[in-house]
Amino acid sequence: MRTQAEAPEREPLSVDGTGVALTGVERGYRGRRREVVALSGLDLQVRAGDVVAVVGPSGCGKSTLLELAAGLQEPDEGAVVAMGTSDAAGRRTACAYMPQRDLLLPWRDSLGNAALALECQGVRNSEARRRAAPLFDRFGLADFEHARPADLSGGMRQRVAFMRALLPGRPVLLLDEPFGALDSITRASMQAWLAEALTEEPRTVLLVTHDVQEALFLSDRVAVLSPRPGRVVAELEVTLPRPRSRRAVVTDPEFGRLERLALEALGA
Amino acid sequence: MRRYALAGLLLGLFVLAWQGVASLNAVDDLTLASPVETMRALRDDWSLLMDNAGVTLVEVLLGLAISIAAGAGSAVAMHIWRPLREAAYPLLVASQAIPIVVLAPIFVLAFDYGMGPKLAIVALICFFPITVNVLDGLRSVEPELLKLMRSLGASRLQSLVKVELPSALPFFFSGLRIAATVSVIGAVFGEWAGADEGLGRLVLLGNNQLQTPRVYAGIVILTVMAVALFALAGLAERLVCPWNRKEAPSA
Repeated sequence: MRTQAEAPEREPLSVDGTGVALTGVERGYRGRRREVVALSGLDLQVRAGDVVAVVGPSGCGKSTLLELAAGLQEPDEGAVVAMGTSDAAGRRTACAYMPQRDLLLPWRDSLGNAALALECQGVRNSEARRRAAPLFDRFGLADFEHARPADLSGGMRQRVAFMRALLPGRPVLLLDEPFGALDSITRASMQAWLAEALTEEPRTVLLVTHDVQEALFLSDRVAVLSPRPGRVVAELEVTLPRPRSRRAVVTDPEFGRLERLALEALGA
Repeated sequence: MRRYALAGLLLGLFVLAWQGVASLNAVDDLTLASPVETMRALRDDWSLLMDNAGVTLVEVLLGLAISIAAGAGSAVAMHIWRPLREAAYPLLVASQAIPIVVLAPIFVLAFDYGMGPKLAIVALICFFPITVNVLDGLRSVEPELLKLMRSLGASRLQSLVKVELPSALPFFFSGLRIAATVSVIGAVFGEWAGADEGLGRLVLLGNNQLQTPRVYAGIVILTVMAVALFALAGLAERLVCPWNRKEAPSA
């Protein structure tokens, strides 16, 4: 059970208690015809060890927000800080970024795909595979080390992508609609699995999703983004007790209240 | 299996039609050798044909090897250094517009009679499909995948070696299959421009000496050579890229 009182125990990773902070962020990009403003006046803070979900209508700049945090983009204005560093290279080292699609390499087996993350850190291939192997048991993928992505189900592929993201041991986890491509049954079981994995091995998590229920089920706090240009229009503390079981959560009146608030903020 | 059966059936029909046309009284034996005459020439001239086929095969394989090294190398160079791509790509396309038939005699003048001009012509004709395909393959990598590599802390070289080059492999083999078939044409042109051995020269000589069945036998061997190279390239692709399970047209 993760309570507020236990929260400080999950914070030794952080310098100042802040995992990720975006302050006054403006970010535009050149569209086909005109300049598109993706994010404007965006403020968002994620305390170290917290799970914050960002929900918003499609095209509100959610992915841009994650890429900014991940150090793959720079803001036009404002500041982005991850684990105390504001330069892009530092943010890249602090954050594990998991894009929407699993992007597994079809020519590598799942062990090789997970090990890729370590190889990029300069670990030798054989050593990287050796260090990735123990994770397969924990991720429910024992005996699938040598399967190619084409032979895995969607949920299994996503778990391999998770391993790849977690292996470098970075304190911040950035998830871009991690279950968006899965069917609803697989999605529910993957959500439960992620919640459990994060209890075992807490990280600072910024999770982007368009699914309000998923956001409430997984997070400590939900930030609601406006349509483009995106900015935070509402923040909801999710005080539902952990560990959360899906059945218990959806029948909790508090869950219904938060869902209503979130949907109102979304204008739905 | 069905595929091979159908291809065999069509080939059989073609040979029958060929025999039929060749048997017509209106067709001159000097213009068209029948399949039976061609087979007879294959049997009688077997060692002569094989000696010359060996020479041509060496030209083809060495030329292919040169074009693979040069083509893949320049594709990678053009990929990692954009100004080179922008400068060289139009020239690459233009080089294909020069008819090899015209170029062959010039090469013979420049490199003399030996193996040199043949290799140059085969390599030149094969360079284009390999370079263009490898370059397309390197550029086919999804931007999100490169973004992921960057977030994992990969260097430019690591992205190239671990992601872009493997992604380009199936494209390389597509290029190689085209190159394998045209390489034989290149070798024949090279020999026509000036040679004292090789199957291309034998066919040209046979034509001049009105040995029509021998010409046809040479053409049959050249065709078999091209088809075999095409099939070998396909086999190599299946061995090297087993993940790429698209139904490739095979010989």
